[in-house]
Amino acid sequence: MPTDKEINLAIKTEVPYLNEPSANSSAGQPGPHINEAHKVVVRDLDFFYSGQQALFGISLNIVEKKVFALIGPSGCGKSTFLRTLNRMNDTIPGTSLKGSIKIDNLDIYKGIKDVSSLRTRVGMVFQKSNPFPKSIFENVAYGLRVNGIKDKRLIAEVVEETLKGAFLWEEVKDKLDHSAYALSGGQQQRLCIARALAVQPEILLMDEPASALDPLSTAKIEDLINELKKNHTIVIVTHNMQQAARVSDVTAFFYEGYMIEYGDTRKLFTKPEKKKTEDYITGRFG
Amino acid sequence: MRKLQFRGKSKLFELVGEKIISITAFAALISVFLIFLFIFKESIPIFTDSEIKQEASVDKMLFKQEYYEGRQPRFSWQPNSDVPKYSILPLFIGSFKAALIAMLFAVPLAVGAAIFSAEFASRRLREFVKPIIELLAGIPSVVLGFFSLIVLATFLQDVFGFTFRLNAINAGIVLGLAVIPIVFTMAEDAMTSVPGSLRDAALALGANRWQVSLTVVLPAALPGIAAGITLGFGRAIGETMIVLMASGNAAIISGSFVDSIRTISATIAAELAEVVFGGAHYSVLFFLGTLLFILTFVLNWIGDYATNALKLKYQGRVK
Repeated sequence: MPTDKEINLAIKTEVPYLNEPSANSSAGQPGPHINEAHKVVVRDLDFFYSGQQALFGISLNIVEKKVFALIGPSGCGKSTFLRTLNRMNDTIPGTSLKGSIKIDNLDIYKGIKDVSSLRTRVGMVFQKSNPFPKSIFENVAYGLRVNGIKDKRLIAEVVEETLKGAFLWEEVKDKLDHSAYALSGGQQQRLCIARALAVQPEILLMDEPASALDPLSTAKIEDLINELKKNHTIVIVTHNMQQAARVSDVTAFFYEGYMIEYGDTRKLFTKPEKKKTEDYITGRFG
Repeated sequence: MRKLQFRGKSKLFELVGEKIISITAFAALISVFLIFLFIFKESIPIFTDSEIKQEASVDKMLFKQEYYEGRQPRFSWQPNSDVPKYSILPLFIGSFKAALIAMLFAVPLAVGAAIFSAEFASRRLREFVKPIIELLAGIPSVVLGFFSLIVLATFLQDVFGFTFRLNAINAGIVLGLAVIPIVFTMAEDAMTSVPGSLRDAALALGANRWQVSLTVVLPAALPGIAAGITLGFGRAIGETMIVLMASGNAAIISGSFVDSIRTISATIAAELAEVVFGGAHYSVLFFLGTLLFILTFVLNWIGDYATNALKLKYQGRVK
């Protein structure tokens, strides 16, 4: 366990701005100091796809029960980074990783044996809605069943609560046994969010969850994110900078595998520290 | 910049191309229909010719007959005896017994192999396993029959002590070897075409690879697997050489799977070259061919129906 001083030094080389005395170190904002509010602590993360490096020395902290947005042009590594947080990249042959990711102070690569228990704590919603070819009920119940819950009454209870929590209950309560594919695109995505929530994760990863949806469905998903952050830490990848500005508390800007800067969303969008960030958010490239 | 000049497309060429393609499609359809018509035509005397009807009418083929006075009426297929006997029931039972054993043997193996190949094998192992299983389809059935007749029958009899060396189990197992590649290929293709996004979704919910395979991939692939089983069953019912060599060819009615059997297809193959052209026996064999044709057609239709029903159930759209 490195001391704060060592971490400060490590960060200095990678993300120099973080060490400047600024608004960043005020309470609740991610700063160089690790405190109890930091749910996820990433240090010096390098990531490789069969020898090709995709992430370079990423260090950041994610605050509990806040929305953390990752922005950047396509191919900048933001989705790759997101997928390191629940070890979904493990399923791709030939990938490797250096550095550390700690969730609640536990290294999720070196400190745990059972990846599936990690994934029940760190849920994920994908870019394209991907409900199972099963009924609406079974989609939400799936996570419970594969994790060994057999009590039918308990499953029914959790499914109902979860669907209510995802603001989907009123729309589907009369057709729980219908195929999930009978729902509209936006409803399917909210079903996928409900499915991820059913196993009661602490952290929810969202990989461009609204990029394939119409504005109205997008607004519903964004409302849902605002509601969910009361009880969940949310990490969201988005191409849409307005969306990042609307839903997130903290934003990180990724570019070509490096994290250029991160900090309070309002500040990053109004007074970015780096030229690259400014160019990106003002639409000069990307 | 120079202005681009596009050439008009030839209407004639398009028309000719379209016609050629539709002709090839209809040629296949028409030849199937003509084959059926020919086979059926040769069996018509059973219904019309009074002389043949006396020897082999439809109810003589279907119901118990008292062949000798005072003896117990029975089902019997002995077309060459002094009193020709044409009961087709033993042949149907034989065909179904062999096909049943073949499917019981082949489907678990083929589906299991498909799950392994599609879900668990590394890419390199898969490239090795898949072509070899599919190569089974390339083994001539006479070679499989030979193996069954000489090697497997003796082995099974030594191990299990069967009374009859050539029996339904022996024939069914080797018939299963011919069915495995059909079911395997269809099942494997169906499983590999299940979208990766579904696997990701299940993994992200904490499912392990086994759970992903059995609870997500397998159900989503069921329509394809059902189609494979249908095709495989069609092959098992129609396959001739293996059962001709390995089944013992005894046309008896028995519920036991360790008795010898005689199938419809083997009967036609063994007897057609020996019959009097246009006689009762000749017509009956063509009638059997017609029935086999209809049977395969109905089975395919049922299989198609089941595949569509499963598609609806597991791939959504309507409910």
